[in-house]
Amino acid sequence: MSFRTTSHRTRGAVLGVSAALALTLTACSQGSATAPQTGDGDADQKVTVTYMNFSANGGHEADLDAIVAAFEDANPDIDVQVETLPYADYFTKLLTSVAGGTVSDTFELNFENFVTYAANGALAELTVENADAYTPSLLESFSHDGAQLGLPASFSNVVLFYNTDLFDAAGLAYPTADWTWADEQAAAEKLTDRAAGVWGDYQPISFHEFYKALAQAGGEFFDAEQTAATFASPEGIEAATWLVGKSGTTMPTEADGAGTADFDTDLFKAGKLGMWHSGIWMFGGLAEVEGLGWDIAVEPGHTQKASALFANGVAVSAKSAHPEEATRWLEFLTASDTTVTTRLATSWELPPVADQSLLDSYLDVTPPANRAAVFDSLDAVALPPVIESQQEMQDIVGEELANAAAGRKTVEQALTDAQTRVTALLG
Amino acid sequence: MSASTAPSLAPRATVDTAVGRARRGPASRRRGLKHAGWVLLFLLPSAIPLIAFVLVPMVGSAWVSLHRWNLISGMEWVGLDNYAKLLGDPTTRKVFGNTLMYIAGYLPLVYVGGLGLALLLNQAFRGRSFFRAAYFLPVVTSWVVVALVWQWLLNPSNGLVNQALGAIGLPEPGWWTDPTWALPSVVLASAWKDLGFVMVILLAGLQAIPGDVMEAARMDGANAWQRFRSITLPLLSPSTFFVVVISLVNGFQVFDQVYVMTGGGPSGASQVVVGQIYDLTFRYGRAGEASALSWLLFALILGVTAFQLHGQKRWVNHA
Repeated sequence: MSFRTTSHRTRGAVLGVSAALALTLTACSQGSATAPQTGDGDADQKVTVTYMNFSANGGHEADLDAIVAAFEDANPDIDVQVETLPYADYFTKLLTSVAGGTVSDTFELNFENFVTYAANGALAELTVENADAYTPSLLESFSHDGAQLGLPASFSNVVLFYNTDLFDAAGLAYPTADWTWADEQAAAEKLTDRAAGVWGDYQPISFHEFYKALAQAGGEFFDAEQTAATFASPEGIEAATWLVGKSGTTMPTEADGAGTADFDTDLFKAGKLGMWHSGIWMFGGLAEVEGLGWDIAVEPGHTQKASALFANGVAVSAKSAHPEEATRWLEFLTASDTTVTTRLATSWELPPVADQSLLDSYLDVTPPANRAAVFDSLDAVALPPVIESQQEMQDIVGEELANAAAGRKTVEQALTDAQTRVTALLG
Repeated sequence: MSASTAPSLAPRATVDTAVGRARRGPASRRRGLKHAGWVLLFLLPSAIPLIAFVLVPMVGSAWVSLHRWNLISGMEWVGLDNYAKLLGDPTTRKVFGNTLMYIAGYLPLVYVGGLGLALLLNQAFRGRSFFRAAYFLPVVTSWVVVALVWQWLLNPSNGLVNQALGAIGLPEPGWWTDPTWALPSVVLASAWKDLGFVMVILLAGLQAIPGDVMEAARMDGANAWQRFRSITLPLLSPSTFFVVVISLVNGFQVFDQVYVMTGGGPSGASQVVVGQIYDLTFRYGRAGEASALSWLLFALILGVTAFQLHGQKRWVNHA
């Protein structure tokens, strides 16, 4: 399937977006998961439930610990043991532990990878007690072939971060929701001061940025039946040219360090980056940097607006010996008051709760001052294309874009090659 | 083989002698059996891990190579399809080609460098022990550390190597960001790290060359080059043979430095066979194809090593 773009009003957008998410997921489903036997649930004996995740990594470990502590207080018969891993290693670790039969009872999955695990029977079917607590479409998006194989845990999006001090020094007006690529380009050129080590812009040259830029240019990643990739179109070339053209002019190159872990984060925190395309999960970390003036805006569009939306879910392993306790833990982790409060207070990713009024307090926390941009971004959303060979597709697109960025291929050639290779994965 | 045929390797000679003795009569046969029992007993501590961690996984990977398996769901029998697919895939040719290119760069570099160091450190001078230890230090250092250090040294925009090259007016290659230079970067780092190992083996070989042979040659008027060419090199050939076999086998299995320094990139320019096996298994969940690729690599290493063992008769001097 290809991504869809939706246009609704702010809060309601979450619903629309998640509906698209659900559609996307069910469209590529096949196979089924087996339901495990129910756990013994002996109250005298403490049951240990293990949980593996990536989204607490890099600053939210203590917040997750607080949620665990609150759950254990309410459920003295269950002991939750957490393992937190960096995102970069997470899916390798998950794959090998599933293969080796040592996977934790419960684990986190992003929307892109949920399909692979659901379709291959690695996830237990859940009996959700309090299904009404979730945004229905988000809940639906973690079901597969009519079986609830996961729970939504959080959602987040990408916005345009900018350094207010650098904008002030250059005498430029701050970015607004009306900005287009041309506005971003003009500002980036004025902000870049290579002698001072200051770069105007940073947007990773990656699969995730490309599918979004493609949507902003009005292109489609796949054809309607998802039998062929279609991104080597004029819109695709425009999108790739936009990303690739930044490298070495307004944005650091690979040789400068771009693409290595935390490179862009460190650059922005050091006040050496004018604009930065990154996720709202960075709010907490940036707020701790003293003396850094920054705010956010909805990402600039081109022929249309499109912002990235990421959804993370959690699932119980099909091999878990305690599926009932594991489900109880996951329900608490995803929709309890403790979780909602913790997520909002620490500017973590947003909770997937049905009651949208709970999210109001999120807007009261600053920085950033323009926090409303997080919800405004949901007005038009681009979802990642998802197939079973997800990682391979992402690697191919990333590799060919890097070829174009380094000048080894023309943008047209790189996209045509990527399109051929991705289409071959669909067969 | 009997004890009288002067076998080439010392440990085998001991076992053969025991077998030879056992042929003599019932009493000595009993003694021989008892002896064999002791031999087996002493072999156990290394045989058990060998069986558990090498032989069993090897059989397992042969089994997996005949299936399609994404590591999550069950295996599906596909026969030899994985092998056929790999042999027809240009990526397979590319990763084998890159691995051979790596060996072609690495082996001469590490051998000539190691030999040069061994010859130098075989001289008597103050501080010799310090240098011997210093050159061996990289060998016992973790590959991740070495690869990161080389990645910094060879950084195309601000690495020490390019700063030095720029200072004397030479072109500054894009090292690990340029497909032409990615593999040479890895070769350079690998040769540097393994130099000490080759040096130690060759140094031991040099010290085993009898002084009287050298002295006789010197009295006969042979100059330094003639002595090196006609005495040192031939008498060093068993050590050279060992170094070449080990370096080739290690070269075919090169992985760590590629993974850390270039990740196989840019655009697959430095991807090697083991790197491809890793990606197929752990990134793409194509364990069947990865296992088949492992067996293709095994077959190649076995063939090359058999060829070397055969060829050694022509040039290795076991006297």
